[in-house]
Amino acid sequence: MSAAEAIPTLPTPEGGDQTHARRSGSFWGDVFRRVRKNPAAWVGAVVVLAFILVAILAPLLAPYPELATPGREYLRPTSLPGIGEIPEFPLGIDRFGGDVVSKLIWGAQASLIIGVVSTLFGLVGGMVLGAIAGAFGGWVDTVIMRIVDILLSVPHLLLAVSIAAILGRTPLAVMIAIGVAQIPIFARLLRSSMLQQRESDYVLAARTLGLGTGRITMSHLLPNSVGPVIVQATLTLATAVIDAAALSFLGLGGGRPETAEWGRMLTYAQAELAIAPQLAFLPGICIMITALGFTLLGEALREAMDPRTRKR
Amino acid sequence: MLRTIGKRLLLLIPTLFGLTVLLFFWVRALPGGPAAALLGERATPEAIERINEAYGFNRPLPEQYITWLGRLLQGDFGNSIETRRPVLEEFANRFPATVELAVMALIIAVGIGIPLGYWAARHHGRLIDHISVAGSLVGITIPVFFLAFILKWIFAVQLGWLPSTGRQDRGVDATHVTGFYVLDGLLTGELDASLNAIVHLLLPAIALATIPLAIIVRITRASVLEVVNADYVRTGRAKGIAQSTIRNRFVLRNAMLPVVTTIGLQAGLLISGAVLTETVFAFPGIGAFLAGAIFARDFPVLQGFVLFIALSYALINLLVDISYSFIDPRVRIQ
Repeated sequence: MSAAEAIPTLPTPEGGDQTHARRSGSFWGDVFRRVRKNPAAWVGAVVVLAFILVAILAPLLAPYPELATPGREYLRPTSLPGIGEIPEFPLGIDRFGGDVVSKLIWGAQASLIIGVVSTLFGLVGGMVLGAIAGAFGGWVDTVIMRIVDILLSVPHLLLAVSIAAILGRTPLAVMIAIGVAQIPIFARLLRSSMLQQRESDYVLAARTLGLGTGRITMSHLLPNSVGPVIVQATLTLATAVIDAAALSFLGLGGGRPETAEWGRMLTYAQAELAIAPQLAFLPGICIMITALGFTLLGEALREAMDPRTRKR
Repeated sequence: MLRTIGKRLLLLIPTLFGLTVLLFFWVRALPGGPAAALLGERATPEAIERINEAYGFNRPLPEQYITWLGRLLQGDFGNSIETRRPVLEEFANRFPATVELAVMALIIAVGIGIPLGYWAARHHGRLIDHISVAGSLVGITIPVFFLAFILKWIFAVQLGWLPSTGRQDRGVDATHVTGFYVLDGLLTGELDASLNAIVHLLLPAIALATIPLAIIVRITRASVLEVVNADYVRTGRAKGIAQSTIRNRFVLRNAMLPVVTTIGLQAGLLISGAVLTETVFAFPGIGAFLAGAIFARDFPVLQGFVLFIALSYALINLLVDISYSFIDPRVRIQ
């Protein structure tokens, strides 16, 4: 018996699936296909899409303008009309006489703006810092990463709150504060991910094949390092919405008190918890569902990009 | 072992030092600078000038920093602008309350989280698994203070079962020795005082525990799933080792490493979560006080408290790393 015969051929596990997974060599094509197969991702995508649509179409969807108080005549000192009590205001009115339906819809817009703007601040700041640290290395890397470590030694909500205190009580200040508080996370993520890629075998292989540094960076390092950053950005959109509500709750929101913003609505509802609990529940549930949508989507992306599960 | 701990403690120094620099500049970046924050609504240009002169805020920045740092090193964190009492004293008075709350929250999170995560992993793909995965997602995405509202509304407003504010009823006759009310009751034999304090802790602790609970469930589940399918577990089964031995020594022990890391990280974050929870429940800990200080721009309080919080955060993480070596001998060898 020859040696070759003694080695059994390995059966391919789930043969059909594997040929399917290998149909496309592109990383993102594969990720997209895997995300599409994940039911949780669908739920997340539908929620996120609905949220974005409501936010953009708020001027068309909302029965009343953002700061309008059409229900003022129904205000009573000891009670507030609740859900279904007045046909004009199906979800009742708040303490300012604002229509709750309109405010929830406008609130979606406020949350989308807060989420996107603050995530962009964190993302851009973090990526610039992380890329500089990763590219230059040496003392630049050490200094940047030490600062990042120092910032990470402060819990991020506390960091956001401290920054908001400097910037003053305006809506933009809140967005910057939340975004800046995310910079250390993004910076560290991109840097470590780039360093990890640089050491990997396939980069060595590409180098051996004679590919230039520029080509390796563009077609290998960056696309493969950016994955975790995109996942983190999706998850940050969820945290940003929650954090904005928290900052509002701590009195750092700024702007007019009747501003249609979920965190603000929740904050004011605290005083009326006994007589009008729906004023707290409705915006709270909106925050939760939005955060849930982004989290589901972000985690589906992460799972689809995870090399350990991708191999299967 | 001791050398590692010593090295880690030494590494803490530059981090804390860097943090003092940031906190120093943070105050200078406040609108109108420290003088305006001190004066609040009484800030006129003349008054600001006077304060700057009196407190030395118009001196060169490096000089101001050195002076301030020198005071910090002597334990002088300045006085709170709001209460006019030393920051250190304010912190020491409130720290036990927050520690009690955090410990209670951790007990809830770990006590429920690990068994639930394990249970979900063992019934992978079944209903209980799906429920715990969905439940933990909700736990992560629900804003802490919103949950605090719900709990308050159900258990305090609607049912009236649990108190919604404070640490202890006013009527309770309690001798306070350590500042930890639950412990005080046990020490002095006033068990009803202890019980009263625990009852007050319940709602805020549940609210504070949700996020860590959800995260611990997820990590435990993922970690157990990974270990359960490991070759050595299958080998152990094939050798006929008792189920309980496999569970305790093979699966749980190996699955616990990431869980312990997570618990450590979450324990540190509990302090910042307490800022929101304590505010909702008017719980007199460092979180609620800090929230008030931020709103009032009471900068000496914020500087001192952030330093203490960062220090305790770092020390908790150090403790976690030390505990690794007890769980995983491989770490000890390195």
